[in-house]
Amino acid sequence: MGDLFENYDIIGAFWVTIQLSLLGAVGALVIGTIVAVMRVSPVGVLRILGAAYVNVFRNTPLTLLMFFSVAGMAFILGLTLSDNLSTNAYRWAVIALSVYHAGFVAEALRSGVNTIPAGQAEAARAIGLTFGQSMREVLLPQAFRGAIAPLGSTLIALIKNTTVAAVILGTTKPEAAGMLQVVTENEGASLATFGIFAIGFVILTLPIGVLFTRLSQKMAVKR
Amino acid sequence: MKARRIAAVAMAVSVAFALTACGSDDDGGDSGGGDTIKIGIKFDQPGLGLKEGSKYTGFDVDVATYIAEKMGYDEGDIKWVQAPSPQRETMLETGQVDMIVATYSITDERKEKVGFAGPYFIAGQDLLIRADDSSIKSVDDLDGKKLCSVSGSTSAQNVKDKVAGVNLQEFKTYSECLPALVSGAIDALTTDDTILAGYASQESYKGKLKVVGQPFSEENYGVGLKKGDSEMCTKVTDAITSMIDDGTWEKLVAANFGESGFTPGEGNPPTPAACA
Repeated sequence: MGDLFENYDIIGAFWVTIQLSLLGAVGALVIGTIVAVMRVSPVGVLRILGAAYVNVFRNTPLTLLMFFSVAGMAFILGLTLSDNLSTNAYRWAVIALSVYHAGFVAEALRSGVNTIPAGQAEAARAIGLTFGQSMREVLLPQAFRGAIAPLGSTLIALIKNTTVAAVILGTTKPEAAGMLQVVTENEGASLATFGIFAIGFVILTLPIGVLFTRLSQKMAVKR
Repeated sequence: MKARRIAAVAMAVSVAFALTACGSDDDGGDSGGGDTIKIGIKFDQPGLGLKEGSKYTGFDVDVATYIAEKMGYDEGDIKWVQAPSPQRETMLETGQVDMIVATYSITDERKEKVGFAGPYFIAGQDLLIRADDSSIKSVDDLDGKKLCSVSGSTSAQNVKDKVAGVNLQEFKTYSECLPALVSGAIDALTTDDTILAGYASQESYKGKLKVVGQPFSEENYGVGLKKGDSEMCTKVTDAITSMIDDGTWEKLVAANFGESGFTPGEGNPPTPAACA
């Protein structure tokens, strides 16, 4: 067991997993917020675009998005993000994770917006706030606080979904799943190796689950 | 130009669809009826082990059939089972297959878990490039070139050690590398020369790709068996020896690799090692 950690940089692989998760989470939060605002905006076209985004990306397999990003966008359309193939794949992996999870973030936020009584939005408009202002000052702060629990679930799903990046990252910059492939190729499949990687993910995700549950209770808007 | 690009994108997407759809259709329901033999092969490697409809073709398939016939089984008694690389040891240990003939390199690590008979073929890691590319003549020309291989595979690890500044893209299967190689996004594909020869002689890539022919490693393909089964090992070794002696080996090589212009490297045909 000890030499497994000596021969393979498993900790380093999980560090790449964490990087992918963090970058993907930030990207998903930014895109997701924009899409959520589009979905509740008073402009019909924006609402349709927002709904289309959510329906397209939420219902596309992530494996497909990942593979398409490198094989389609980078190799055929020439949208390479770096001359180094492994860096290119890494950046595309972050983009695919962001774009895919943004759909879930947008829906979580929209559900947060829906927890706010309609009277508040009407009151905000009545005192002369524009749509942007009422979003920024009144609705979004409450929406985020109401959506903490579903956002937490999305984050946990995102952390586990980083393993799909192995489709394009392989072992050139291995995250956890890529490292598991290397170990399996060289040492054969064993329960112990699977156990180590499974425990690694539990360590990453369990505290996040607890934290977000706590946070959602503490931050909930009292009505 | 634009239409071609769109077609190429569509092709890439269809490859990805094929990927997601390649789960396991388990046709291994009935467990050995005594007179059948279960042989693990690859289902997705042209020239070596390929499943086309209900037909199985390739060098590994032919070798396995020959060995099984020498052991007293009819062709109809053979039950082909898909043996993906990462699962090969487990399949032998748990008895899901009786033997594996699937580009299975004999290594010391694997010998700790399974038994081997053979080698029946000596392959080497080589490069597959576009037919009109004259800039790559051996592994030494790879500096600054874009390379594709399968993640975690021995070939991928090997090439990282051989070429310091290697620019490597890894996918799940070799088939995913091919469109990128043809379109020029990638300069070379690396793995065992046998596998590359199989791809080069495939209908859709004929004339577009070529194998460089400068192998830079030695892979001894053996028949994987349950560890410690020396009786079986002796039988298989005898079968391999007679296959090489009676000229069947050369016939099978010519039949499966001939079209790509690939000739087996040095040391072929090999002499099978004695069973431990």
